[in-house]
Amino acid sequence: MILTIAGKELRTLFASPLAWVVLTVMQLIVGYAFLRRLDDFLQLQPQLAQMASPPGITDLVAGPIFGTAAAVLLFAVPVLSMRLIAEERRNQTMVLLMSAPVSMTEIVLGKFVGLTAFLAGIVALTTLMPLALAGSARLDYGLLAALVVGLLLLAAAFAAVSLFVSCLTVHPVVAAIGAFAALLGMVLAGEAAGDGLRARGWTVAASLTQVFSPIKSFEPFGKGLLDTYAIACLVLLTTLALALAIRQLDAQRLRS
Amino acid sequence: MHTTSTERPQPVATMPEPEAASTISARGLTRTFGNHIAVNDVTLELRRGEVLGFLGPNGAGKTTTMHMLTGNLAPSRGEIRICGIDLLEQPSAAKARIGYLPEVPPLYRELTVDEYLQLAAKLHRVPRARRADAVATAKQRCGLSDTGGKLIGTLSKGYQQRVGIAQAIVHSPDVVVLDEPTVGLDPNQIRDIRGLIRELGGAHSVILSTHILPEVEAVCDRVQIMHHGELVYGDTIAALKQFERGTTVLVGLRRPPPVTELAALPGVAAADAIESMLFRIQFAAGADPIDALVKTAAARDWGLYQLKPAQTTLEDVFVHLTRREE
Repeated sequence: MILTIAGKELRTLFASPLAWVVLTVMQLIVGYAFLRRLDDFLQLQPQLAQMASPPGITDLVAGPIFGTAAAVLLFAVPVLSMRLIAEERRNQTMVLLMSAPVSMTEIVLGKFVGLTAFLAGIVALTTLMPLALAGSARLDYGLLAALVVGLLLLAAAFAAVSLFVSCLTVHPVVAAIGAFAALLGMVLAGEAAGDGLRARGWTVAASLTQVFSPIKSFEPFGKGLLDTYAIACLVLLTTLALALAIRQLDAQRLRS
Repeated sequence: MHTTSTERPQPVATMPEPEAASTISARGLTRTFGNHIAVNDVTLELRRGEVLGFLGPNGAGKTTTMHMLTGNLAPSRGEIRICGIDLLEQPSAAKARIGYLPEVPPLYRELTVDEYLQLAAKLHRVPRARRADAVATAKQRCGLSDTGGKLIGTLSKGYQQRVGIAQAIVHSPDVVVLDEPTVGLDPNQIRDIRGLIRELGGAHSVILSTHILPEVEAVCDRVQIMHHGELVYGDTIAALKQFERGTTVLVGLRRPPPVTELAALPGVAAADAIESMLFRIQFAAGADPIDALVKTAAARDWGLYQLKPAQTTLEDVFVHLTRREE
């Protein structure tokens, strides 16, 4: 049932121009970043050759473009997720799902899986760019794999948070802006709160704030690390947001 | 698929209570929004193969009630059983037996009719093997056989409404709940949809909400009227039509006598003037004073020009019940 709903989300997403616009913009931005980085790398190459252990092409090209992709997702995911719940409620199509023998959990997870699958496509397209160099350069596949895992987890966390915000309103645009504000707020406030707490010596509290600072959790992946704490933070944030979304929808049935 | 026999199926013997014969049974349904009581203590019973007309002025709480019956809204109090299954305790099992067409059909405009009905069938857990069949049957019943490949967004309002109904019956539910299914349709489409609803009443039971009274008289077996969140009337259409039929006549007289003279005629219980020349005459129980009335009118030269049995229409009942307090 979750896959049915996920499939429906993907189908309706690709039937609208939105998906294609997002993919196009994403490709343009990431593609531009990729070419810029590649250019820089080629210019730096003589200097790199003189270094004892120079950073590889994966470090200098793939790392930054995954960072760019993460930044673009920060904008793209709220726009994609506004359709999930807010627009369905506005168009009154949510009734189809609510009247069907499907639980709230299945609805929320179905929508989450659908959106994440689409985002996985974006991650795949991003990965193809550095992979295109495979014939002419030695790539660090371990680092690349870490980046892919990191970006996928980050995208899932973004999707879950935006999905929750989408449950809070029936206005798609408000949902998009709200989700963007929530994500950006988490990136900025999470960072600041973490630094502030750490400055006072409250290290445990500081590391807990990382749960709400998904970009911070993404950083270790850029160094090729599969940091279990970072993974746990991203998974925890995703789970928390999904649980809140389910609760919110259930509450609306009781209250509305 | 269900058997499409038009006979009312017998209650299944293994069902614990006799009420399993009813497809919907709601007791003491109450829903409040803050301090506002939208639906107050509504008790509803729908038997198998029956078409129930659900009437009421705008804002009477019809849609809220239907939302509760279909599990879209949780009631503040009361219980709902669908074919004996508690909707609140086993929502999935109960919802599998309901098909719902809300006031605004829940259509994905960017899907084709086939894609959409496939989705509805999947969501309602129609097994894969029967899905194509179920979609084809629903399309055929709703007159959509030629529109399968079209995008829903490009269809006319009437066809969209049909897709909405097809969505509600694709899994062959025991109960079909239709919220104002003929709103915005042209007269021919209304006729088609009404025919379809009558047909549905054979195999499924149907709740039909509307404020078009002739529609209820045309397709429903039973009617319930809601007003200010409460049920104010519930009876069969047949009983409604029987009610007072042949016991009241409208009499038009060009040169009428005083009303008291009419009321004094043998067998007349009451007479009152509707207009200066039009009277409503109510018969005493068991009496049939029409012959006497006509003879007297001729003999006394009252100028009888009209004599018509006054049938109580649903409209009379409706207006009477929902306008009381004004």
